[in-house]
Amino acid sequence: MAQVDLSDPRFPGIHAGGAPRRHVRLSWSDPRLRNVIWQVLILGTVGFVVWYLVHNTSRNLEARHIAGGWGFLWQPASIPIGETPIAYTPSVSSYGRALAVGILNTLKVSAVGVLLATLLGTAVGIGRLSRNWLLSRITAVYVEGVRDIPLLLQLFFWYGIVQALPGPRQAFHPVAGVFLSNRGIKLPQLDWAQAHGLALAAFVFGLLATFAWSRWADRRQARTGRRPLTWPAALFFLLVLPIGVWAAFGAPFHLDLPALRGFNFQGGLTITPEYAALLIGLVVYTATYIAEIVRSGILAIPRGQWEAGGALGLSRGVILRRIVLPQSMRVIIPPMASQYLNLVKNSSLAVAIGYQDIVSIADTTLNQTGQAIEGVAIIMGVYLTFSLAISSFMNWYNKRMALRER
Amino acid sequence: MASTRGLAQTRPIDWARANLFNSWWSTAVTLLLAWGIIRALWGFIGWAFVHAVYSVPHAADGAPDTAPCRAAQEVGACWAIVPEKYRFILFAFYPYDQQWRPALCVVLFVALYAVSANRRFWRRELGLIWIATLGVVALLMWGGVLGLPYVPQYQWGGLPLTLILATLGLAVAFPLAVLVALGRRSTAMPAVRLLCIVYVELIRGAPLIAWLFMATVLFPLFMPAGVDFDKLLAAQVAIILFAAAYLAEVVRAGLQALPKGQSEAADALGLRYWQKTRLIILPQALRLVIPPLVNTFIGFFKDTSLVLIVGIFDLLKAGTTAVADPPWQGFGNEVYLLLAVIYFAFCFAMSRYSQGLERELDRSRRH
Amino acid sequence: MPLSLRFAPGLFAGLLAGLLCAASGAAHAQATQQPTQQAAPAPAAGSPTLAAVRARGQLNCGVSGDVPGFSLPNSQGVMVGIDAEGCRALAAAVLGDANKVKFVPLNTQNRFTALQSGGIDVLIRETTWTLGREAALGLLFTGINFYDGTGFLVKKALNVTSAKQLDGATICVQPGTSTELAVADYFRSNNMKFTPIEIADLQQIQQAFLSGRCDVYSTDSSALATFRYTQGARAGDFILLPELISKEPLGPSVRKGDDKWFDIVRWVGFAQIDAEDHGVNQKNVDSHMNSQNPDVRRLLGVDGDLGKQLGLDPKWAYNMIKQVGNYADIWDRTMAPLGVPRGRNNLWSHGGLMYSPPLR
Repeated sequence: MAQVDLSDPRFPGIHAGGAPRRHVRLSWSDPRLRNVIWQVLILGTVGFVVWYLVHNTSRNLEARHIAGGWGFLWQPASIPIGETPIAYTPSVSSYGRALAVGILNTLKVSAVGVLLATLLGTAVGIGRLSRNWLLSRITAVYVEGVRDIPLLLQLFFWYGIVQALPGPRQAFHPVAGVFLSNRGIKLPQLDWAQAHGLALAAFVFGLLATFAWSRWADRRQARTGRRPLTWPAALFFLLVLPIGVWAAFGAPFHLDLPALRGFNFQGGLTITPEYAALLIGLVVYTATYIAEIVRSGILAIPRGQWEAGGALGLSRGVILRRIVLPQSMRVIIPPMASQYLNLVKNSSLAVAIGYQDIVSIADTTLNQTGQAIEGVAIIMGVYLTFSLAISSFMNWYNKRMALRER
Repeated sequence: MASTRGLAQTRPIDWARANLFNSWWSTAVTLLLAWGIIRALWGFIGWAFVHAVYSVPHAADGAPDTAPCRAAQEVGACWAIVPEKYRFILFAFYPYDQQWRPALCVVLFVALYAVSANRRFWRRELGLIWIATLGVVALLMWGGVLGLPYVPQYQWGGLPLTLILATLGLAVAFPLAVLVALGRRSTAMPAVRLLCIVYVELIRGAPLIAWLFMATVLFPLFMPAGVDFDKLLAAQVAIILFAAAYLAEVVRAGLQALPKGQSEAADALGLRYWQKTRLIILPQALRLVIPPLVNTFIGFFKDTSLVLIVGIFDLLKAGTTAVADPPWQGFGNEVYLLLAVIYFAFCFAMSRYSQGLERELDRSRRH
Repeated sequence: MPLSLRFAPGLFAGLLAGLLCAASGAAHAQATQQPTQQAAPAPAAGSPTLAAVRARGQLNCGVSGDVPGFSLPNSQGVMVGIDAEGCRALAAAVLGDANKVKFVPLNTQNRFTALQSGGIDVLIRETTWTLGREAALGLLFTGINFYDGTGFLVKKALNVTSAKQLDGATICVQPGTSTELAVADYFRSNNMKFTPIEIADLQQIQQAFLSGRCDVYSTDSSALATFRYTQGARAGDFILLPELISKEPLGPSVRKGDDKWFDIVRWVGFAQIDAEDHGVNQKNVDSHMNSQNPDVRRLLGVDGDLGKQLGLDPKWAYNMIKQVGNYADIWDRTMAPLGVPRGRNNLWSHGGLMYSPPLR
């Protein structure tokens, strides 16, 4: 393949003429010159269009007496916000803070949504391949039905369902401290103490230690053929150690229980109906796509793998968990990344059902301040950051999981 | 498979034992699911049929009296809203006595999809059919000739608008997507390649709502003073640019999947770049990605409903507006169900088609 | 194979260039069509908006399109409501034909940008006249077509009789509205707390209130009255609290910088009230053409040159009244069927606030 450069499809002239390449002839038939001219032309055109739009915009803004700039971020925002992960007071806190609340709300629904959609989607994807006829039928109907209806319409539906729950005074009350009403789901909340933080830290440490232990066990198994037990180590690191730390610091335990006072519940942890409806809608919708990805990932593994596993006397569940799923991960991960991205982007439909995500708050901001370009720039910036973060993480993970070819 | 079905016909009990109750775990799942389905169906039938209200009395001036519906609101559906509002939901502001025209357009679109789906028609003439059909649709919708009264574009709405946004969007986005995909794989023109990468990644980075919003808010700012940039046009442009970025990635996957030998063989035949692309590369690459292409189409058909957020009267917006009418306020679920059925019909047909095609292509590849 | 087709990117460039030519061509055409467009700072030179409306033969009017009583399509797809009639009245006065209106449905978030960008000629979308909007958003309100105020609607079962008892309540409001601000201010000044539920879609917000997702539905009292009325037999389950916590004068608005157009929109509004004041309505307008009352003669263009001063046809008000009606005609068609009491929107001579400066 010494002539690989000559066979490059974009250099047809070289085939015909075979001219020495070091000569740069200033002629139209020189493909490289042509390429340069084309590129200059295209870039020039794009540059001109951009300049033209920017020019128009600045003239229009001037004509409409709208001053650009980011000063509005520090002005007090009169946007009432229902769900505030960080402290926020309307008419006192700034627009910048309101936008930060919006970003956190988007993150809150996206992160939980990705997690739950993955779990549900994987379960459904495996369910579709089940030998139980009813289960495989139902999951198929679910996947086909939900995929073919616009998400926005589904959100309207879920929001209606969540609102159809009884009012706070007649709330469902399945166990102490848990209330289900049209004001949302109320859960008891743990009063946070230092010991809890330390116990959590111990748990994280335990997780790492367990992981290291199992790696060591793997290596030992490879060397000696015998695997040391892992479960006692896991039990110690994940359960005994955190509980010990918690007990050593006085074992504080106090639950903040929600209670009905006046119009509404006070105390406890709230999952608002808007959040619940958006979350359910996103999870139910995205899970159908994830289910299809998981299913095709499993089907991509040749039948021989199942048969070989069966011949070794392994059960179907063990074959699925230890042989098939690890291999299908390579097929599954790339499309999964784009589904996660879709979920994050679809969370912007929140605006239709009253969950105040970044798009909703940026919309209100630019309506109140008139700073349209800045508002749109903020929305773009936030989503581009999310996208880049997710895709680079998934790329990294994909590389780790990729087949190491010899 | 055939033997299982044969068994089911002769001995249903054996079939059930093999497929529903083959282990205690499977039995539990079956019973739980059956219980859930029966309960859900029971509730739905009660609401949708048994306790439903199918018609309401009208006053002398035609004003409906929805009291029977309100009385049954918690327990039964109010289907009376459908005969009252279906024409608004389907055609929105289109002049009432001219609504046969958009109705005919819907039929034309469906026929166009059916023809395009048939592999016997996959030839050059298909492009002409598309152009002709879109021309007839434009003629019908606008009118102004052949004795049809002129109907300005801002009076369009409902289902035809949804179909126009989706069809026209994809028809324009697809060629653009092919160019972008080729541009992104161009090694001889790094600047063009960079441009295509930036375009695709930028568009895919933000949600369609953000682009629609940007199009309707910012396009008017981009235009020179006095140029009236229509909101529908802005939304259509946004949908085209958005769809093109996603389709470009699908097409690129097809280009990448094509063995390098095809391109090298074409070069060996002395074909020029564009001849090679048009005659060798694209026909094969596109064939490889037809199923994902159809899936992307389905996605965009559904996504056209987002134009509701910027206040364009597509099918979904017309539906939500219909239930804002005071006598009918509160009967949204009935309308949403109707809309869901319409969207489902279109998307399900496309998805079934895509699956069938996938199987067929798989078979022909294996042979 | 032509050279230009040899490279895909080449085609791409061609496409872009074509788009560019089309765009600049359109801009150019527009510029030559309306040379006055560029000469904005001379108020006496005529109205660029009026010229554009006339050249187009159509009025672009921003409305909500989903608020009963103000603008909402009926089952035949015809826009009905007091705002929609305002658009028609303006079209009748300016173009002589009430049907030459393009209704542009806008939501609370994009209404002002549509006006600023020139997408619409006038915004008649139940929009509250405030200082902030005139000072910061580059628009001017021409008058008031409906006096409204933010109110609270609650369920009777809650046993609330005053807004002062709403501490801790959950309140449904539409985002981007002045209701949102009024409610926040009211609760802050009374040292009370509330949980806002912000829903943009009208259907969704009403459903949220009916289902009890929020205790209180707060919006303009007219909308609350309409909403309560539409509940039919269940209307008694809801009470409108006596407090109106804000003034919400709703009116049409135009872009700043076109004073002539501002005059037209303002006086078309006043002419509706003036006509009612003089008893000139849609039914009897023809018989008033030979009225001896000088005010009526001036209004209907029999005497004087009011139309010319506005840059309109002498028959501008006649056309408007003949085709659309006076304020009372419009009210009876739009608000009365929804059970909204005339109240403060009655004429000044009947104890209301509707008052027109003299047309002379």
